[in-house]
Amino acid sequence: MSHLLAFDIPGGWGTTLGIKTLIVMGLIPVGALVLGYTFLLKMMSHMQSRVGPMDPGGFHGWFQLIGDGIKFIQKEDIIPAGADKRVFKMAPAIVVMSTFLMFVVLPAGPNAVVAGALHKGQGGIDVGIFYALAVSSLSVIGVLMAGWASSNKYALIGALRAAAQLIAYELPLVLAVVGVVVQAGTMNLQGIVFAQQQGKIFGWSGIGSPFILTQFVGFALFMVAAQAELTQPPFDMPVAESELVAGYMVEYTGFRFLFFFIGEFGTAFVYAGLAATLFLGGWSIPHVNGEIANWIGPIVLFVKIMLVAFLMFWARFSYPRLREDQLQALAWKWLIPISLINILVTGALKVAF
Amino acid sequence: MPSFGDSVKGMSKGLGVTLKTMLKPAVTVHYPHEKEEVTPRARGVIALKEENCTVCMLCARSCPDWCIYIEGHKEKRPARREGGRERTVSVLDRFDIDYALCMYCGICVEVCPFDALHWSPEYEYSEFSIASLLHDKEKLGEWEATVPEAEPLELGAEVKKAKK
Amino acid sequence: MTSFEVDPKLYSPLADSQLNVELDTGDMILNIGPQHPATHGTLRLVVRLDGERVIKADPVIGYMHRGYEKLTEYRTYPQITTLVNRIDWLSSFANEVPFIGAAEKLMNIEATPRALYIRTILTEMARISTFLLFLGEMGLQVGAITPAFFGFRDREYTLNLIESATGGRFHPNYNRIGGLKEDLPWGWVAECRNTMKKMLDSCDEFEDLVMGNPIFQARTRGIGIIPAELGASYGVSGSNLRASGVDWDLRRDGEPLLPYNEIEWKTFTHQDGDSFARYWVRLQETRESARMILQLLEQLPAGPIMAKVPRIIKVPEGEIYVNAENPLGEMGYYIISKGATGPFRVKIRTASFSNVSILPWLLQGIYVPDVITVLASLYFILGDIDR
Repeated sequence: MSHLLAFDIPGGWGTTLGIKTLIVMGLIPVGALVLGYTFLLKMMSHMQSRVGPMDPGGFHGWFQLIGDGIKFIQKEDIIPAGADKRVFKMAPAIVVMSTFLMFVVLPAGPNAVVAGALHKGQGGIDVGIFYALAVSSLSVIGVLMAGWASSNKYALIGALRAAAQLIAYELPLVLAVVGVVVQAGTMNLQGIVFAQQQGKIFGWSGIGSPFILTQFVGFALFMVAAQAELTQPPFDMPVAESELVAGYMVEYTGFRFLFFFIGEFGTAFVYAGLAATLFLGGWSIPHVNGEIANWIGPIVLFVKIMLVAFLMFWARFSYPRLREDQLQALAWKWLIPISLINILVTGALKVAF
Repeated sequence: MPSFGDSVKGMSKGLGVTLKTMLKPAVTVHYPHEKEEVTPRARGVIALKEENCTVCMLCARSCPDWCIYIEGHKEKRPARREGGRERTVSVLDRFDIDYALCMYCGICVEVCPFDALHWSPEYEYSEFSIASLLHDKEKLGEWEATVPEAEPLELGAEVKKAKK
Repeated sequence: MTSFEVDPKLYSPLADSQLNVELDTGDMILNIGPQHPATHGTLRLVVRLDGERVIKADPVIGYMHRGYEKLTEYRTYPQITTLVNRIDWLSSFANEVPFIGAAEKLMNIEATPRALYIRTILTEMARISTFLLFLGEMGLQVGAITPAFFGFRDREYTLNLIESATGGRFHPNYNRIGGLKEDLPWGWVAECRNTMKKMLDSCDEFEDLVMGNPIFQARTRGIGIIPAELGASYGVSGSNLRASGVDWDLRRDGEPLLPYNEIEWKTFTHQDGDSFARYWVRLQETRESARMILQLLEQLPAGPIMAKVPRIIKVPEGEIYVNAENPLGEMGYYIISKGATGPFRVKIRTASFSNVSILPWLLQGIYVPDVITVLASLYFILGDIDR
């Protein structure tokens, strides 16, 4: 599969673009389903001393989420009477779109990267991580649109909370990544992976140099900020089931709600992918290069994504929720200063060594 | 506010609890495939032993929401002994319990002087229509087969003389 | 104390249309409930918001009024126990005891010691099952999903015990005037002992998962403070009042219905009076109840379960008020009897009603998320408010 992504397919750029689009469109819902099933249905259930769905599909209820998806598609698409119809309909699509756009820069092998692989050399676009974080904030617009257009007070409160929160946590997210960028010397995600694969720890290259060892502060910051960007507990005030019922999603039904669901878990998938790429070495295994890396790359990346996602969801299912002002205080008083110091130290060490 | 050290400790303890629970087996009973053991005292459904009923109406009167419907008539029966008087026997025509109304308090079972009503722990008799929850005397009689033996009592309980 | 008057406009179905159409920074009126997960039931809160800050909150009750006080006038005493079971449906057994106690006092009957002990054990078990649900539910309202399931899981063990003794999981209907319906089944005491040890463990689990969590503490400390005198003047009772530092427990201070003075136990008070204090007090009381049950099981006397009672129960003429410490606070029955098989009039004093009446004062000036925390920490049952 990675070859499809890597090389020009006979038929020109149009066919290539088409195939790539299909792959991305297919991978995000599948990733969302895998995360949703493994963590939301199964891991959460076991953490709560229950078993989750067991019957759908036969084996441990694997079909449950797909069945849910089918159910959502069948349901009536209700638009509230007072809603701004066009905006209301568009909002879920924008949220999902930002997820799709983020995914395209994620490399899954030396040649397998959706955006920019047509060029020889490293592949991937040069401002990869910059681009990914930039498009991730597009979802704020979708959330605001959803909240406003629903003409529901709960939705409005949820959307405004989401806007404040997502914007506040963009900053620590970006700043946490800067340390990695400084250390790798490139913003290209493919370059960051190579830097980790070929790096050395005090001259020993046994495990390469995954940045989680040198940038563990950055990793912690990234995980906290990503959790807030995903509006997951302990930062889930915008959706807050127990107070705002479901925040900006409260009026959505049917496949539009499904879009939000895919957006939520798809984005979790992508953020886990970004964290895996930035801090755990992405698709790479040290000393495995060449053709074989193209084949095992996606599998390695997937395993790492699941590891990171496990951490994310573990915290999600264990912690209560902060209040909105406490969340802002955490971002501005703690995360941003710490990330600035992290950048300073990284920069100083980079110059020194 | 707790100190930074306490915070980290508190946060990690929470994670520890969920992780520990995840590694232990779940407490779930896989209901349709396996069933939980019901205690013999459970008030699931009321069973009727028709031959014991004398249509005395005590249960119907003591029911707090009047969900028992009884109708009966009197019949003459030949005397037990030669030359004796003819007996009058009350015959049960209708004995319905509306489980849509029943509060499962058990007063009727307790008040019955002839042991015609018993509790059975059966609970799987849900219906799609509320009207079908009205169990007539044939259906209530079928439940009689599921009535468990009375349990022995705990140490220190006063053992009553067996009834009759 | 701030005076609190009701604005009739708040109840208009057109409340929204009265807001100014032009863009100004008007207040927003938010309806929390009657269908809202945080009000566990059908409490409605009409909240006037400035941003997310509550200017004024007004609880509207009565969505679940079932008329139990009136219904009791048409029923006999044994029938009424099934009704009072359903007032506070989480701790139904504790509701029966003061009612039966009142009737017994009017009739001058004393229940047998064994019956009183078993009543005490089951009342404390009702307390544990109620508080376990609270310990989980509070976590849920603050945003953590997992504690709620732990609460339900652990409560199930106590419910199983209640069921195997009484026959009913939620509505035991086990008390009779003069004693109990029947004695405990064989093996119950041993099982109860094991379960109580399990409950002590699960309290530790809640302490680690919820109470020790700094996020939980940040959300609950200093939020919804009930000053002791104000709380007492509103009629707040039970753990809510003890969390404000008033050491008042009807199990110890009231007229003794149950043999609490024969065992060793203590009450817990907290000086803060905030949501966290209420959680802390309830957690400690759950533990203490489990310890009390272990002691009671040791001392359980042998003997009959029923005193001598006339077959047809007629309560002599008279009036009486009997109260007891329900899990939620003070629960009392004022019974007027005219010598019939049923009471002439029953007034039920429920804990939640008084506990909730402090809400307008308590919710002023806090944020919407804290409204939910405060509601959860007060811990009311809608059936207990509306009766």
